[in-house]
Formats: sequence, structure tokens, C-alpha cells
Amino acid sequence: MRTALFLLLLLAVAAVPGSLVPQRISNPNGVLQYFDNNPELAPVLDSIQAFDVYSSPWFSAIYLLLFVSLIGCVIPRTIHHIRALRSQPPKTPARLERLEGFITSEAPAGGTTSTAAIETARDILKKSGYRVRLFTGMRGDLSVSAERGYLRETGNLVFHTALIGVLLSVGIGGSLAYGGQKVIIEGNSFANVLLSYESFLPGRLFNEGMLTPYRLSLDNLAVTYETENRNAYGFPIDYTASVTKYLPQPDGTERVEQDIVKVNQPLSIGNGTVYLLGNGYAPKITVRDGDGNVAFSDAVPFLPQDANLTSLGVIKVTDSLPEQIGMIGFLYPTAAPLQTGALTSNFADLINPVLSLQVYTGDLGVDDGVPRSVYSLNTDAMTEVAGRNADTPSIQLVPGETVDLPGNIGSVTFENVDPGAAAGDLSNSVPRFVSFDIRSDPSKLWVLVFAILVLAGLMTSLFIPRRRVWVKASDVEGGGVRLEYAGLARGEDPGLERAVGDIAERHSQRLGLRVKE
Amino acid sequence: MTDTLVSLSLIALWSAIAIYTLAFIMFTLDFAKRSAWAQMAAAPAKVGSRASGPAGTTLTVDQVDTTGGQPPKFAFERIGFAVTVLGWLVHVGAVALRGFAQGYVPWSNMFEFSLTATAIIVGVFIAVQLWQNLRFLGAYITGFAIIALGLATVNFYVEVKPIPPALQSAWLVVHVFVAVLGTSFFALGAGLSLMQLLQNRRDAAKIRGMKFLQTLPTADVLENLAYRVIVVGFVFWTFTLMAGAIWAERSWGRYWGWDTKEVWTFIIWTIFAGYIHARATRGWRGSRSAWLAIIGFIAVLFNFTVVNLFFKGLHSYSGL
Ligand code: HEM
Repeated sequence: MRTALFLLLLLAVAAVPGSLVPQRISNPNGVLQYFDNNPELAPVLDSIQAFDVYSSPWFSAIYLLLFVSLIGCVIPRTIHHIRALRSQPPKTPARLERLEGFITSEAPAGGTTSTAAIETARDILKKSGYRVRLFTGMRGDLSVSAERGYLRETGNLVFHTALIGVLLSVGIGGSLAYGGQKVIIEGNSFANVLLSYESFLPGRLFNEGMLTPYRLSLDNLAVTYETENRNAYGFPIDYTASVTKYLPQPDGTERVEQDIVKVNQPLSIGNGTVYLLGNGYAPKITVRDGDGNVAFSDAVPFLPQDANLTSLGVIKVTDSLPEQIGMIGFLYPTAAPLQTGALTSNFADLINPVLSLQVYTGDLGVDDGVPRSVYSLNTDAMTEVAGRNADTPSIQLVPGETVDLPGNIGSVTFENVDPGAAAGDLSNSVPRFVSFDIRSDPSKLWVLVFAILVLAGLMTSLFIPRRRVWVKASDVEGGGVRLEYAGLARGEDPGLERAVGDIAERHSQRLGLRVKE
Repeated sequence: MTDTLVSLSLIALWSAIAIYTLAFIMFTLDFAKRSAWAQMAAAPAKVGSRASGPAGTTLTVDQVDTTGGQPPKFAFERIGFAVTVLGWLVHVGAVALRGFAQGYVPWSNMFEFSLTATAIIVGVFIAVQLWQNLRFLGAYITGFAIIALGLATVNFYVEVKPIPPALQSAWLVVHVFVAVLGTSFFALGAGLSLMQLLQNRRDAAKIRGMKFLQTLPTADVLENLAYRVIVVGFVFWTFTLMAGAIWAERSWGRYWGWDTKEVWTFIIWTIFAGYIHARATRGWRGSRSAWLAIIGFIAVLFNFTVVNLFFKGLHSYSGL
């Protein structure tokens, strides 16, 4: 017990540092930032795994030791308990008055016999869930020895064993689990193969065959904004992604089903689950080169920068002639000018969308095989032709508008993807995208099952009292019967005294006596 | 409409604070009376219950041994308790009005959480009296409620806002409610443990003052009472941890990710598991386990205040 206690408290203390500095597992960007802000301290902390506390050798050592001691504790106790379950209540102690809740009373001569009294006591105890056994003492006194609450120890063992179950499930499940992120723009679809994921984190035992084949298309992302409460104007209050599932069937056909994904309402598909974790706008942009040929036409996901969805994105036009074109764009869903003349967005929905583009020409640096983020533009080998540092200011476009690029290199169009809407209604002019997390963790169910056992075992163990009770009847000279009652707690049992008193009272009532304490 | 409900709720809230303050004064006057009585009693009555059995499990809370003379009437305690119940009713009114204004359970930001949580804590304090007379914790509980409500209203107040999609879940209701229930029992347990430590010091003649302690249950009895409320709290806390994991799975795609709030829930759970073990470990009964109970409750408070406000994590629901 001392070891278990020590290790439990040590585990509690060891878990603290992981809440004080960011952890790679939960907050990787925070870790990068920490390195930036504390360039001297961070490497030192890193060398003692302060950013990976919960997978560090020292943390693992504590909980592994704890579970070793737990196993070493549970096994002998289980064996002992199985024996106890089969055993009979122990012999009645010679002197009950030393025990807890001791009560004695005397039945007058002619009232009852010790045999009858003990039979009655046995009956009462048995009905109250006690295991009973009769004894005859050395002086001819009769007694019933009773025990109850074996379930308490059972619960305790179930609790501790289920804890081991939770740990094993988490450990094994973790190596079979996988998860990845996928950005899907309205109208587009996604096939569940490794290549389609933007990022993917496989468990140790993952193989590609674990990905169930299916396709998922995003039909629409509906967002509802608060417009009545002035304290929370523009608050998003609902995101609902409508999707179509394409599920291949064994007979070679495909089953097509509509479904929805919401925050807090993930979608089960294949052996994975789809979670809606992020969203934003993906303006559709078309670039034509100097000859009027379409060099680029696509919806580009822009990253939200603030609550009103001012969004930042990068457009890379690799196929334009004579030079490649790069653009850094800001989308303002509901644009409003600031005092300085710059734009800002004051509402997250599309009321007055404006796209502002800084344009560069030159070499995008994407042909050398080095992977580049789609969200950043390397302008080292490029010239700014429109923007703050160029002769031409940034290009500003509203949906459906086309503007020529400076120097006759072509034109850029901010497409309105809903041209048929009523005049002035731009609410669907820019497509939205969602960012889905798609995960599979086969341990989930097992962890849940063991967790329920933990809770059930815990309650059983804490709230079912285990106790022994004895009732003794001895004939006294002159013909009466002396009755004695006492109990013994086995583990925490605050209600023992009351329980003994209760039994004594019921017994006396059945025998027609008055109890004296 | 909403605005009216919100301001009515605030009026009720400040009234509750005022009434609790009155109750607090009554409870401290009660302690003063008790001290005076203990001083006067020529032969101080043997306190508490019959001696505990070998396992230390006897639990009878006779507050004063009645064979020692006239049983004193601690009127202030009863007044204090009645005033507390009144304050609580007003407080519950404040919670309900806020809930109607919100159109949702009133515990989705730090202000509402503090408002509702204190109501549940005081409610549990009132309810346990049906089981055991623990009114001597009145000053502690009302003091706690006054401070918590005052600080939350002054520092955390936010207007009624719609519930962000991340919090629109039945698990918010269950998880948070049960967490508060657990917290209430831990609060009582910490109060009892605190009293237990005071009794121990008095028994060791380390403190002269606080004569009222003579009229309260013995350290042993307090320790057993603390254990009994804390195990109830522990069951709730275990459930909270599990419900949180289920919600995290629904909402973030993983049931456990060592987010700061998850870490602290785990730390608290482990401290109280340690407490339960301590009670069954030789040498750890008594003051040491009492300290664990108090540290555990401090960790609970820390988890709610410092962790919410200053630690980065996914649980950024303070609404501030
Ligand atoms: C992962 C580590 C452990 C945790 C989280 C844990 C937790 C708990 C909890 C919550 C209880 C009270 C509920 C119940 O009785 O079922 C308990 C009781 C108990 N544990 Fe553990 N335990 C751990 C390891 C151990 C180990 C290693 C031992 C063996 C030395 C042990 C022995 C006991 C015993 C004997 C009790 C009953 C105490 C009593 O009757 O009050 N536990 N444990």
C-alpha cells in the first residue's frame, strides 16, 4: 500500500510540468513559439522531455511501476478472495462484548429457547444477505456467525483490474490508430486513400489496407450567425456540413447516401470517424495569361485570420507565360474601410466580399522538388508588380469582376460561383471549405468498456459494506436465555453499529422481547 | 426580455451574497458563543462520541455529551443555517433567471459556471444535513460562497451570448454538472479535514484559542466524516473524467490528449486516489490524509481558476 500511495502521489506531481509548458502532443505550435521566445531555456527543457512529458521515459517509468505494483497487488488478492468466496463464516469469538456494536438482552424463562432464538437469528441474517453458519460453543451456547459484502472486495478487484484494462487498451489501440486531416471545398470530394490526406499520423502498426475505400463529397457548409443579440453580433452559432457518401459494395456497385457532419456530431464512415474541426472561404480565382489562355482556375482555401473571417491565401500560377505569377490575397467577407483606407471585415458572412491581391512575377521556386507550403509564398526570386511596394496598388476585386494585371501579363478574375443569385445577394458567391479530421481508433470501445467497469467496481467497492455479525444465545441458570449481538467491520464500515442494532431489534421483535443496551 | 431576466438575475445574485454574509456572521457568532460556553463549563464535557473501535470506524456525532449537564442551545447556528437556506433559495433564483435568459444551461462560461457551481455547493451542504449534522461547516461554506460569487461577478461577468457550436452538446450538461457535484463533496471534505487538523492541534495543546472546537466532533469522527463525503466526491469525479473523455472524443476526435484541463482533472483524480489509499496505509491516517484532502481541493480550485485563465488549452470556454 505504501508503494502504491507513493507512486500515485508521484504520478500526480509528475503530471504537473506538462501543464506548465506546451506539449507537442496537444499544442505543437505552442512548442515552436516557446522555442522562439526562450531560445536558451527551451533546448534545456527539451533535453528532459519537458515538451513530451506524457511519453517521456520518466513519466512512463512512474506509471509502469505503479501498474507493476498494481498487478503484484491484484493477483494475490484475487486468489485470496476466490478462496474467501468459497469459505464459510469463521467461528464465533468467545467474547463478543469486545466487538463493535455489542448489545445484550435476556429473554425470560419460558419465553424462548436458545435453539429457537438462534434459528430465528439465522433466518433474519440470511434474509438480509448474510452467509450464515451455526456453532455450538464450549459451554453449550449456540451461535450464528454471519458475513456479508463479499461484493465489496470483488468490486475493488474489478476496479483495479479494469484500470489495467484501460492502460492496455490505450497502449495497444494507440499503435493501431491513425488519423489525418483533409480540406474539402464545397462541391469537391475526397477519396479515402493515403495520398489524399494533407497530413497523416499513423500508429505503429498502421498499414494502408486499414483505410476502408470510400469517397466523400462536401455538398454544402451552412453557417448560421447570431444577428439578434447585439452583444454577440456575428457569433457563429451553427456549422452544418452536408456531405454525400459513396460506399463501394461487395457486388461492385456503389451506395450513395446523404449525411451531415457538425461540431460535436461526427460522422462514422468505413472504420473511421469524420470530425468537423475547421472551415473558411476558398475564393475561386481564374488567371489568364497575356494571350488570353486560362493559366489557372481553381478555388483556393484561405486561412481565417480573425473572428470575422478576414482570410489569407496564396495563389501560385505555374503555367503562365512568360513568367510565373504568385499572389498573396486577403479576402474580406464583409469589407469595410478603416480610417487608414485599408480594408477590414466586420462580419463573417458574405455581405460585401472583397478580394485584395498583391501580385508578383518571377520564379515561384516550386520546380526544384523542395516541398513548399501551399499557404506561403517565397518571393525571393520574384518582383512585386501590384501592391504596396509596386507602382500599381493592390488589386481589389468583387465577385464576378475581372482586372488586367499590370504589364499586359494577363488578367485575374474573382469568380462568382453563384451568378444566378438575385442582384446584390452575394451570400453564395464564394465557396466555403471544411477541414475534416478523419480518425480511427479501435481501442475506443475497449477503453469505454473498461472505464464502465472501473466506475462500477469503484461504486461497489466504496458503498457496499463488508461485515461480520454474530448472534449468540446461551441458557442462563433459572431458565432464561441470554442473547448477545456484535459485529466486525472489514474495511470502512461506518454503518456497522447501526446494522447490529437493527438486527438485534428485529430479532427481539420476532421473539417478542425488549432490548436493553 | 432577455435584458430584464439578466438584470433580475443580477439583483437576485447580489441579494444572495448579502444574505450569505448575514449567515456567515451568524455562524461566526455561533463559534464565539461556543467558545464562551466551553470556557464557562466548569468541567468541560467530554466531546464527541463514544470511543472509536479498534478500526476507528464508529461514527456517532453527538455534538456534546449530554450527560455533562444542560445541553447548550446553539441558537446562532440554527439561525445561521436558516438564513443560509434563504440565501440559497434566492441564489437558485438567480441561477434559474440566468438560465432562462440564456435559453440554455447556465454554465457555459466562467461567470455562469461560478454562479451555478456555488449554488450546487451550498445546496449539497444543505442537503447533507439530512444525513449528518455538519452545520458547523456553515461559516466555511458561506464564506466560500461569498468570495466565489463576489470574485466571479466582479471579474468574470459576461453578457448572455449564444452557445458556440463547440459547447452545444448534452455532454456539456452532464460533464460539468457532475464535476460540480464532485467539487461540492470535495469542498465539504476539505472543510472537515481542516477542522480535523485544528482538533488535532488542540489535542496536542498547540492552540489555546478556538475553544469552540471543544463543542465539535473529535478529530477521529471528523476524519471519518471527511472520508465518507470525499469518496462520494471521488465517484463523481471519476465519472466527470470519463464523461469528459467521451465528449472530447465526440468533439475533438480523441478521447484523451493531455490538454491542460485534462491533465489537471487527472492530477486531481490521482491525488484523491492517493487519499483513499492513504486511509488504508499505516502511518497515513490522521493528519497526513487530511492534508491530502485539502491539497486535492486546492487543486480543484486551481483547475478552475488558474488553469482556465492562464493556461493555454482547448478548454477555452471562460468567455473572457
Ligand atoms: C493505478 C494505480 C491505482 C489506482 C488508481 C488505485 C485506486 C484506488 C481507489 C480509487 C481505491 C478505492 C476504491 C476501491 O476500494 O475500489 C483503491 C482501493 C484500494 N487499493 Fe488501489 N489503486 C491503485 C493501485 C493499487 C495498488 C498497487 C495496490 C496494492 C498495494 C492497491 C491496493 C488497494 C487496496 C487494498 C484498496 C482498498 C482500500 C480500502 O479498503 O480502503 N491499489 N485503489
